[in-house]
Amino acid sequence: MAPDLDIEGPAAPPRLNGELVFDAPWEGRSFAMAMALVEGGHFTWDDFRDHLIAAVQRWESDPVGEYRYYERWQEALESIVEERAIASESEVDALAAAYQARPPGHDHGHDHDHDHDDHHHHH
Amino acid sequence: MADPTKNKDRLPPEVRAEALESLLAERGLIKSEVLDGFINRMVNDVGPMNGAKVVAKAWVDEDYRAQLLADGTGAIKEMGFAGPQGEHIVVVENSDAVHNVVVCTLCSCYPWPVLGLPPEWYKDPAYRSRMVREPRTLLGEMGLDLDDGVEVRVWDSSAENRYLVLPQRPEGTESLAEDELAALVTRDAMVGVAKVSAG
Repeated sequence: MAPDLDIEGPAAPPRLNGELVFDAPWEGRSFAMAMALVEGGHFTWDDFRDHLIAAVQRWESDPVGEYRYYERWQEALESIVEERAIASESEVDALAAAYQARPPGHDHGHDHDHDHDDHHHHH
Repeated sequence: MADPTKNKDRLPPEVRAEALESLLAERGLIKSEVLDGFINRMVNDVGPMNGAKVVAKAWVDEDYRAQLLADGTGAIKEMGFAGPQGEHIVVVENSDAVHNVVVCTLCSCYPWPVLGLPPEWYKDPAYRSRMVREPRTLLGEMGLDLDDGVEVRVWDSSAENRYLVLPQRPEGTESLAEDELAALVTRDAMVGVAKVSAG
């Protein structure tokens, strides 16, 4: 069920109407994680949509700050991986807190060499 | 489920996304380079230029137009555009009497294979609620003034149906070839918040 996205390559404008597809790199990572998990058969897009709708509604019932779509997307992703016992929210919380506590100047790239074995005990 | 009461205290999404990616990678569920590939494709290869080709073909090929209106998904797949969120595409046609516009009131359903990922305004709570409540006013604010005699139909995209608007071919384009026509078709016209102009 690999997505058949291998369509014609870069084509004529207008493509983006001057807008970025993702405003920040993490939005693309969050988007692509959902796509990878769907492709891997861990849940369907319809399942994910239910979580996305719920996350959007939680914000709309108590709006705080500016609405940012991919924050809701990330929240939906966290809730569905928790529901499917793929990764718990507390694991994400703990590791995110460790990343947040990194000294300034740390490269926030997505290398996977961080030693975070202390922060969860899945294996 | 995420506890809504914790939202205010949530760590920034960039570190949460990074943390989740690390956990999923460590569990062998995702690969960083596969994510890179998905992102690259959504940014570079999938977008409104695909839908524009579909629209232009429908303008020049009456049989294709009929097929597109009868079976959007099938006709679009025939052009080579398929993939996630493209399984249930319904094409609605604008005319002198009817103007169609698309919204997703609950989240952001959108026909990815023909339009790419949705723009910011499409996902915005104000667009999602107001396009249902006061479409004519909102369209006017977005720069599209419709005659009072034109019926506005608002289509709420969902898991079952993702809508694509087939805009009207502008006058003065009779001599243009299909690829020249495709270059005129904008994303906004295919969502229904604009018309196609002859350039």
